[in-house]
Amino acid sequence: MYLIPSLIMFGCGVYGFITRKNMIAILISLELMLNSVDINFVVFNRYLYPAQHDGMFFTLFAIAIAAAETAVAIAIIINVYRVVKNVDINQITKMKF
Amino acid sequence: MPLSSTIIVLAIPFFMFLFLGLVGVKMPRKITGVIGVLAMAVTTVWAYAIAFTYFFGTDQGQVVDGVRQQLVTTDWTWLSFYANKMIVRLGVLLDPISAMMLVVITTVSFMVHLYSLGYMSDHEGNPEKGFQRYYADLALFTFSMLGLVVSTNIFQMFVFFEMVGVSSYLLIGFYYGQQPANHASKKAFIVTRLADLFFLIGIMVLSYYTETFDFKDLMGANGQSVMSMFKNSQAITFMGCSVTGWALTFIFIGGAGKSAMYPLHIWLPDAMEGPTPVSALIHAATMVVAGVFLVARLFPLYIVEQGAMDIICVVGAFTAFYAAAVACTQSDIKRALAFSTISQIAFMMTSLAVSTAQNQLIGGHEAGLGYMASMFHLFTHAMFKALLFLCAGAIIHAVHSNENSKMHGLHKYMPITSIAFLIGCLAIAGIPPFAGFFSKDEILVACYEKGIGWGLWMSMVAGMTAFYMFRIYYLIFFWKKHEVHGEHAPKDQPWTMTVPLIVLALISCVAGFVPFGDLVTWDGKALETHMNWPIAGASVGIALIGIALATVMYRKENPLPDKLATMFKGLWTASYRRFYMDELYQFITHKIIFQGISKPIAWFDRTIIDGFFNLLGNVTNSASWSIRKMQSGNVQGYVSYYIIGAVLLAAVTGVVILCF
Repeated sequence: MYLIPSLIMFGCGVYGFITRKNMIAILISLELMLNSVDINFVVFNRYLYPAQHDGMFFTLFAIAIAAAETAVAIAIIINVYRVVKNVDINQITKMKF
Repeated sequence: MPLSSTIIVLAIPFFMFLFLGLVGVKMPRKITGVIGVLAMAVTTVWAYAIAFTYFFGTDQGQVVDGVRQQLVTTDWTWLSFYANKMIVRLGVLLDPISAMMLVVITTVSFMVHLYSLGYMSDHEGNPEKGFQRYYADLALFTFSMLGLVVSTNIFQMFVFFEMVGVSSYLLIGFYYGQQPANHASKKAFIVTRLADLFFLIGIMVLSYYTETFDFKDLMGANGQSVMSMFKNSQAITFMGCSVTGWALTFIFIGGAGKSAMYPLHIWLPDAMEGPTPVSALIHAATMVVAGVFLVARLFPLYIVEQGAMDIICVVGAFTAFYAAAVACTQSDIKRALAFSTISQIAFMMTSLAVSTAQNQLIGGHEAGLGYMASMFHLFTHAMFKALLFLCAGAIIHAVHSNENSKMHGLHKYMPITSIAFLIGCLAIAGIPPFAGFFSKDEILVACYEKGIGWGLWMSMVAGMTAFYMFRIYYLIFFWKKHEVHGEHAPKDQPWTMTVPLIVLALISCVAGFVPFGDLVTWDGKALETHMNWPIAGASVGIALIGIALATVMYRKENPLPDKLATMFKGLWTASYRRFYMDELYQFITHKIIFQGISKPIAWFDRTIIDGFFNLLGNVTNSASWSIRKMQSGNVQGYVSYYIIGAVLLAAVTGVVILCF
């Protein structure tokens, strides 16, 4: 039952990740995919091993990591913006060979 | 003197090579030369002490029951394979011939070291460029040659065989700025390497069947076990001959390359491009007898294998005649001497090879007369041929030319050199009481015992020897008055060059009286030698006829030689051009091997092999060029591909699962 929103969230995340040009939007899509995976984790834990809570703890852990990772990503984006005055992914080609 | 100190005799030249080669180049030239000479003097004295102790001492097991023993004084295991079944050792083996060779090598080497102080300098006495390198190479050569003669096993001998080849190459090409020297050194190296290939094959075959490298084992010192194994393997045949016969023939080819036997002699005359003292040391006295020494070392095997001995006998007898015939017409004195060397070495080879048939009891004690004679001739020849070459060097140094047309009438200007050269000529012609008489007489006796035909043939060659040597002598020192070119007339050279001449001349006078029969025999027992007066008288007579002929033709300027040359024009030209052997080699190597074999192989390599790999490279290159657009660096694009791929894969998997 909970898997359907998770699937929709994941599909939205993939679509956004591919089509968006704004780096912030791409980051948001990424978070969307991550959260859908978290939901899956919790659902399957609940469904398959109701007596145990390992999945729950791992999900909490993943959320914490995701927060840290988002902070790093935003920091990078801000720095990139300072250099190129832009957050369009197609314009940032300075480090391309 | 303990015999175990023989290793010192090898160690000194080796360290001199390192020292002069590495440190010497930073030192003044003259000092390095003096150091080299002094070190060689120490080596010589030490070698004399060792030889004296070996031959005349008794306290170190040199003689047991009247038989001279082979003593291994140093023995290291170098390599061992197959759970110690095959062991290659390095060591020092002392027996009559190696002790004799120690004396020969160090004597000639010392003389050459001393002589080079003068020869390798200009007329003001300043050493020329590369002086240190020259002395370092001489030391390397001396070390390698000493190592060769004291080898305990055939593999060590092969290693040193190669090392003398390398040092010979270095010294022939000493004047590497000059094209002929380069060509000559390459030629010498390649020809001897080709022969050494056969030597290596021979070693492999022999050691495969006898399962040992050690000379002592091969001689049957270990209770005859290997000897019987060797005899058994004679039963195994390949193309009609026993495998051991093949092995020994191949080993002989290796020796023939070093000893310049026909048809592998072509490198030796060209090797005269090197400095003359080098010719004296390497290409007259020591290295070129390495082949004779090799056969002598394996003599107990050769006398069992009659077929190999017959080959040596024929090759030796033919080479002796061929080289003598060529030497009669050469105008370059060093080349004439080189052919004389080839002829004399062929004498030694033939002498070794005729040893067998003398006694019906094959391998009997008396069979060793030819062996003894050969070693005796090796000893005396080294002395008088070194003398002749050093004289030639003195003359060349004085007149700056190798051609005898530039010399003529030098007797008045260079009396010491002239007398020394005369002694050398008398010795090589076999006039008593000079050294060559005794050794050559023994050789002729051995040949006559093999068969009257062999004896007559070798006697004829001995007569030719006398003729061509005196031809050279007269053309250098007499013929007509010397025409002085430039401001200074030729004169005897400084003492560093004349002292070796005098010493070697003295040795050439007395070396014949060494009781070789007591000292050097193949089985270590003393051999009774008798002067065979009819043969000795006949050979002296033939030598005198040769000398007389040369005197008539070349003593004073006269038209007789030219008249004879035009009368036998074809023969004379053929002899002067060395019977076109070099042209034949040129033809075979360039026209047949290079054009016929190498070129097609090169074409195959360039087009087929290289073409195939070029094709592989080109295909990869163009393929990657065409698909390189896919790697855009655009992560979103990659993700799209990835998802499409994942969906397709999932779909395929699903279909497969549903259907089956």
